[in-house]
Amino acid sequence: MIDQLLASVTDGMLVGVVYGLAAMGLTLIFGVMNVINLAHGPIMALGMFTVYLAYTSLGLNPFLGLLLAAGLGLILGVIIYWGAVHRVIDAPHLSSLLSTFSVNMIIIGIGTAIFSTSFRNVDYSLGIVTIGPITVPGTRFTSALLALGITGLLYLFLYRTRPGKYVRAVSDNRTSAGLMGIASNRVLALSFGLGTMLAALAGGLIAMALPFTILSGGSYELKSFVIVVLGGLGNPIGALLGGVILGLIEGLVPVFTKITWVPVIEFVLFVLILLVRPQGLFGAKQ
Amino acid sequence: MILEVKNVSKVFGGLTAVNDVTFDLPEGQILGLIGPNGAGKTTLFNCLNGVYPLTRGTVTFRGQVLSGLPTYKVADLGIARTHQIVRPLNELTVRENVMVGACFGRENHKLGEAEEIANEVMEFVGLAARADMLAGSLNVAQKKRLEMARALAARPYLLLLDEVLAGLNVTEVSQMLNTIRAIRDQGVTIIMIEHIMHAVMNVSDRIIVLNYGTLIAEGSPVEVQANQEVIEAYLGDPDLAARLLEEERG
Amino acid sequence: MRILRNLSFWIAVGVVVLIIAYGATGGAIRRETWFTVLLFVGLASSLNILLGYTGYVSFGHIVFFGFGGYIGFWAIDTLGMNLWLAALLGGLVSALLALGLGLAILRLRGAYFALATIGILEAMKALVINIPALGGPNGMELNFSVYRGYGGAATALWMVYWSVAAIALIVVITSYIVKKSKFGLGLMAIREDEDAAEIMGVVAPRAKTWAYVISAFFPGILGVLFFFKQGIIEPGSAFRLQLSIEMLVMVMLGGSGTVLGPILGAGAYQILRGTLLTSDLELLGMKVKDIQLAVAGVLLLIIVLFIPVGAIGWLRTRSATLRRILE
Repeated sequence: MIDQLLASVTDGMLVGVVYGLAAMGLTLIFGVMNVINLAHGPIMALGMFTVYLAYTSLGLNPFLGLLLAAGLGLILGVIIYWGAVHRVIDAPHLSSLLSTFSVNMIIIGIGTAIFSTSFRNVDYSLGIVTIGPITVPGTRFTSALLALGITGLLYLFLYRTRPGKYVRAVSDNRTSAGLMGIASNRVLALSFGLGTMLAALAGGLIAMALPFTILSGGSYELKSFVIVVLGGLGNPIGALLGGVILGLIEGLVPVFTKITWVPVIEFVLFVLILLVRPQGLFGAKQ
Repeated sequence: MILEVKNVSKVFGGLTAVNDVTFDLPEGQILGLIGPNGAGKTTLFNCLNGVYPLTRGTVTFRGQVLSGLPTYKVADLGIARTHQIVRPLNELTVRENVMVGACFGRENHKLGEAEEIANEVMEFVGLAARADMLAGSLNVAQKKRLEMARALAARPYLLLLDEVLAGLNVTEVSQMLNTIRAIRDQGVTIIMIEHIMHAVMNVSDRIIVLNYGTLIAEGSPVEVQANQEVIEAYLGDPDLAARLLEEERG
Repeated sequence: MRILRNLSFWIAVGVVVLIIAYGATGGAIRRETWFTVLLFVGLASSLNILLGYTGYVSFGHIVFFGFGGYIGFWAIDTLGMNLWLAALLGGLVSALLALGLGLAILRLRGAYFALATIGILEAMKALVINIPALGGPNGMELNFSVYRGYGGAATALWMVYWSVAAIALIVVITSYIVKKSKFGLGLMAIREDEDAAEIMGVVAPRAKTWAYVISAFFPGILGVLFFFKQGIIEPGSAFRLQLSIEMLVMVMLGGSGTVLGPILGAGAYQILRGTLLTSDLELLGMKVKDIQLAVAGVLLLIIVLFIPVGAIGWLRTRSATLRRILE
């Protein structure tokens, strides 16, 4: 029993960190421009397919494939910002929800036509990592480390570089940032691109661990919503912690009851937190 | 007394925006509420009509304690207000905006009656010609009048006016003052926040002065103008001080 | 009744009656197409009372269709309840669910409310999967003999058509009455500025909750009718987020906050989808019918970006006459 618990906790945390990375993308965009990106899931799916195709067609190591996924995610995000978000950024919420959802439809529509909805997996192994009594697949372990590393880089970017500081300034107050000469539109486009880049990266990492289809992004998108609310909308570190919590729920709940109760618990928790602590578990009280 | 304000304080974090304010208001008077920018005048309004919960103190309106009541309950009891920064319901017509006041204010009218009241009130404040325009398309002066019309349509016992004169030209100011007097003559009690000194001195029965959230003077316009503390308070605000002194001389 | 004298009322009712009549006079295939349109007229118009009039973006509104459908289906299947009673039951339990939920989640605004409605939809779906009495993940299936009580399957299909048509018409009339009522004026005041509305005396918590309850009641009824016709109900089809968002798209397409908008939006969306699905056209080397979702996405994007008020909303800005007759 103890061994099983330990294994579930480890597994949950490793997966949770990757979930957290995806959610960070969603929460970054929300924090900067108050937009919930409903194309988040499909972009994760594109990240999965990038890694998959680079590996199967080009023979590229999946971890190098991640770089491709990151680049694609960034470019795509900037394009989506200018094409679908920029015009409605100050419009009522429904507009940006629907405009990003239309991007979702476009990606899924074309993606389904090209890739069909059959399952793929990246057949790549790094052996087994053993830490004390626990053994985990090497790819999963490396993925979690990478996710942490990317989070660290994101923070370095946001706090140590000029464009990163612009992002935080615009997030803090778009009007005054604009008055101080920051080209807020370009910063917004960059932020959106960073958010989708994180989504694509997380998708790529998930693809190494689990089978997927072009539609898989949808369920991860829902997980990201839950995580983002757990951690507080707009709070990247909160998202990482929220991801770990979600991973732990997914790891531990099946030890005690049927696995089908996991989503019930997740979504009930999600609604309860929205009601009781809308600033998230880790946010300061408003 | 229609309104009794006792030891009211409002604290935000560490900032005391309204500090231990006490005053009474007899029915049928116009009370001018003045003070430098940031003195807590609008915050006091927000405390009176339930936008903010009070940190300390009580507000009693026509014998009923208001503390803790939601804004719609306060409206129902007969307090209506205008906003310094206008808040028109943009996608509704001017008439519909005013009807909201009549439908949901103190008298809770049916739609048909509300429409008649709205037509009357729009005539009274001079918006009749724009009745079918969308409220969002009005200019600022018209939006100010719309604020006034919505509040009046509720037929309140007490009307809170937050800088309804700001941004109006000389003619418009004197029109608005006549309107305010006419409202008082219909038996409505009024508290008005105002920066235009000659106007507020001219129209008010009594004045209270806030500075840094504290009530520093109370009395007739003549008494308040002579009050040393008031003049000092305004010296922090050179523009107003100059104007105030000039008015006293003139 | 004052509204009976309004031309705009008869135009809205007339459009629905025309749809009903057209769908009923061309055999089974045409009936099936227009059955779907009428179903969505009912769903989108219900949603519009919350979304268009009150300004609350419910992303998971299909939960009421699914929940009502499930309860009604269960009542027919296990209790042997009469369809009409079951439909009413479905509507009532959905309304009740909205009442309970509304008191809690209608305190949330903007994106927070939208997210909460998604959470509720997913929680409900996951919950139903865990309830064996409702068939768990496999759902429930009606015994074919049930239809015999309604004159056989063929007759039952017509019967369901007429009942969905009747509900759609009732929803549209309700929607019109609400919009022209004092209640509706309060809702629109809330949509424009909730705090200002409350300061003017609108009891927003009560008004919002009632709007939510009304907008949940009819989808509950429609759910029972729809799944009775299908003969099968399962969690995936009853609680589909995709369908929920399609409802929003229809409202936007026609014009959110207008009575006619959701009717035309539902019709246009279904016709468009039908056309794309059967199209032989090619685009960039891909068959349009394979990428119909993407084409629909592009159209939605164009509407959201350039005509956010929707077709009827746009027409209403064109002239005072149109404003008077198109409600």
